[in-house]
Amino acid sequence: MKTILLGVMAVVGLTLLGGCSTLGQVSPWEKNNLAKPEMTFGGDPLDERFVQHIYGSKENSSGGYGVGGGGCGCN
Amino acid sequence: MKKISSKVAAMALAGILGLPALAVEVGQAAPDFDLPGGKGAVKLSDYKGKVVYVDFWASWCGPCKQSFPWMNDMQSRYSGKGLNLVAVNVDQKAEEAQTFLKDNAAKFTVAFDQAGKTPKAYAIKGMPTSVLIGADGKVLMVHSGFKEEQRDELEKQIKQALNLKD
Repeated sequence: MKTILLGVMAVVGLTLLGGCSTLGQVSPWEKNNLAKPEMTFGGDPLDERFVQHIYGSKENSSGGYGVGGGGCGCN
Repeated sequence: MKKISSKVAAMALAGILGLPALAVEVGQAAPDFDLPGGKGAVKLSDYKGKVVYVDFWASWCGPCKQSFPWMNDMQSRYSGKGLNLVAVNVDQKAEEAQTFLKDNAAKFTVAFDQAGKTPKAYAIKGMPTSVLIGADGKVLMVHSGFKEEQRDELEKQIKQALNLKD
């Protein structure tokens, strides 16, 4: 009995964990407000680009900051 | 009991991962759409037997703005040779699309999909995305984004679809 209860609880827990991932997906054509420049952390596009360049060359990583490319969700 | 719990676990796992939509691929039949347009309904099935360049765009998308003059250019150069340009707007607010169109005049056909059904059917991965559909109704090319250096390649693809020589 105890193991069944534990199993059920585990399944419920797992489902709850992933529950929001299926609800909160924003498709590329829905970005709208998220694509606006004010949604990024940095304010100045030139400064932002400079910082990203340093990340790209020193940390060997790029992207993942706001919406890619020209605020469009591409690249 | 073991069987049931593994089934439930599999279901939970599927719930966590979410089912990804399958993108339209080259060689597949292009999904049909029936949308309101600037000048009446726009249906893909109306272009049966013709080469169609479908472009998904939004007013908030920078590269889309850059692509408009280029698409106007393509329309004026190749419409006489059999090219049909259909630009599907995916803005959720109609007035935003209208403001964009006032500033960026479109010489080609514009359709509106506020619900986003068409981009979903095509499972596009970025904005803008263009899909070139051949006369047989099958997808010839899927292109995401719009960059200066890619224009020649896109034009080449259009020419190929129209059986034009370089």
